[in-house]
Amino acid sequence: MEKLLEVEHLTKVFTLGSLLSRIRIRAVDDVSFDIRPAEIFTLAGESGCGKTTIARIILGFEEPTSGTIIYSGKRGTKNEKVWFTENVQAIFQDPFGTFNPLRTVERYFFETVRNYRLARTRAEAIRLIDEKLRAVGLSYEELAGKYPNEFSGGQLQRISIARALLTDPKLLVADEPVSMVDASLRMSVVNLFKKLKDEMGVSVLYITHDLATAYYVGDRIAIMFRGNIVEMGPVEKVLMEPLHPYTRLLRESIPEADPSKRWGKRITLTETEYQEYLRVGCKFAGRCPDVMAICRNDMPGYVEVDGVLVRCHKYTGETAFGESA
Amino acid sequence: MNRTVLRAEQLQAFYILDMFGTRRVVKAVNGVTLEVRENEVYGIAGESGCGKTTLLRALYGAFDPPLRLIGGKVYYGIEGKEVDALSLTAEEKKRLRWEYISYVPQASMSVLNPVVKVKETYRDFLESHVRGKTRDEIFEMAKEHIAALGLPLTVLEAYPHQLSGGMRQRVTIALAALLKPRIIIADEPTTALDVVVQRGVIQLLKSIQENLGNTIILVTHDMGVQASIADRIGIMYAGKIIEEATVEEIFGNPLHPYTRYLINSLPRFGDKGMRESVPGSPPSLVNPPPGCAFHPRCPYAHSICQEQMPDFFEPVEQHKVACWRMGEG
Repeated sequence: MEKLLEVEHLTKVFTLGSLLSRIRIRAVDDVSFDIRPAEIFTLAGESGCGKTTIARIILGFEEPTSGTIIYSGKRGTKNEKVWFTENVQAIFQDPFGTFNPLRTVERYFFETVRNYRLARTRAEAIRLIDEKLRAVGLSYEELAGKYPNEFSGGQLQRISIARALLTDPKLLVADEPVSMVDASLRMSVVNLFKKLKDEMGVSVLYITHDLATAYYVGDRIAIMFRGNIVEMGPVEKVLMEPLHPYTRLLRESIPEADPSKRWGKRITLTETEYQEYLRVGCKFAGRCPDVMAICRNDMPGYVEVDGVLVRCHKYTGETAFGESA
Repeated sequence: MNRTVLRAEQLQAFYILDMFGTRRVVKAVNGVTLEVRENEVYGIAGESGCGKTTLLRALYGAFDPPLRLIGGKVYYGIEGKEVDALSLTAEEKKRLRWEYISYVPQASMSVLNPVVKVKETYRDFLESHVRGKTRDEIFEMAKEHIAALGLPLTVLEAYPHQLSGGMRQRVTIALAALLKPRIIIADEPTTALDVVVQRGVIQLLKSIQENLGNTIILVTHDMGVQASIADRIGIMYAGKIIEEATVEEIFGNPLHPYTRYLINSLPRFGDKGMRESVPGSPPSLVNPPPGCAFHPRCPYAHSICQEQMPDFFEPVEQHKVACWRMGEG
């Protein structure tokens, strides 16, 4: 199958603390996945699971400790940066932080046009900008001469997307694009990703902690926990019939907009983040309801169960004393 | 029906700002009437900038400039008597706070003093409200309280920065419940928390409420959180409560067009059908639209909606809605 972006064995190690008490945290630990053309791929997990670090590495803001990123068969090295940024564009979390409050919003559009030499005259540039703004349900007249504070969060996020579309990218990397947008306006942004995928064939790497929108908009999903992908597959499978105990916990913990579905069981919260990062075996072993002896010493490999990749000893077919696959 | 513990009548609280000689009036709370009863979780929902937080501050009686009380009344129902909460002296207010009504503010992560251990914060609280106890007795009380809520005792010996965000949030909630207040006001207590931690915090709030049999007023824009904890919900729009009903009614039979949009825009598992946002943009609180503030975004707007704000109609018992469509039928 054709692949737009391949991430292979990506690892990023951060070091915390002073010389004497140094802690090495593998924020991203041997992560591999790929994104296909015209696909919305979701990377989901709690804060501190490494999902933003992956986005930053893909966008080239951060150098990986090891591993490679292959875009359309080409490696994203420094020499190919312009070519790369033209095809991969980013949408950031905070729509109010993306834009400088003292500059008009349209300047960002003209700058991008100039940087990538997309138009020769101002009229041509305006035509191009208007076309992209109409794709997100706005127009150039609504934007001209206005400052960021004159728009709502949802509008600003759509403006960000329109700006990213100027270069006709193949892939949008959207890091928590709706977490700071009001719930009532959230769907206007999420629906837009769907529309771009269907009508323009744009792929989206959708990074989120909101599994409900991931289910709504996503094609495939990878669930991350403490630097590892623990489960990856089609959203219907992963979110409706979760295999990994962590995915199950996550899925159960989402408050559903239905008063008849309240939680029965109480949960306990234990261990701080970095203790979980430093675990030798499966990082989830400290909280897992189905924990076995082997889980504490050995990180399971990937097992394919019914089209879903899962990293859990429950499915490796090992008994408590067996060796890992 | 349970007793009323808090009642607001036509409450108006505006921010009055002087910017370079021009006066800007932000009508954040603009005529709110509500009634909160004993032993219930009352949820207030609405989009950001609709005045939710200001309403809480007004109910708590915390009017710091530029926020000013313009009109209306707030009553606390203390031991069967109604007390006008806005005409209390500073001394009376101080006594009521934490003992009768307590407040978990939005940035409660930074409420705890960063340079002292959590137990010192506990001591601060207890010493000013509980008389005639020694230091050790006070620590003993704090320990019992923490243990009763199922939090680890080690948090008392920790500095706030050593605790995770979720644990800090739970410590703050535990503090608010320390003196067994009849009302706990919580402003977005789970925003910025992960879903698993969020569940822990909500369950803590619910168990406090069940054990004390008191009232929680919970503000959050997250309708999922509202559905999982609230007994009754008030939907707020442009400084007004526009619909109020039980949680089952709000989710099962929303009557106001805005509430309907809000409920229908929520994605649900097992249903990939198209979801639409509320059309248009949120209203400005400086120049709110005349009449019903929702009319520019409302598909059913009539001429009367542009002229006059409707009062509450009660088409279903205990289900109030401020919409002209309900008055006609």
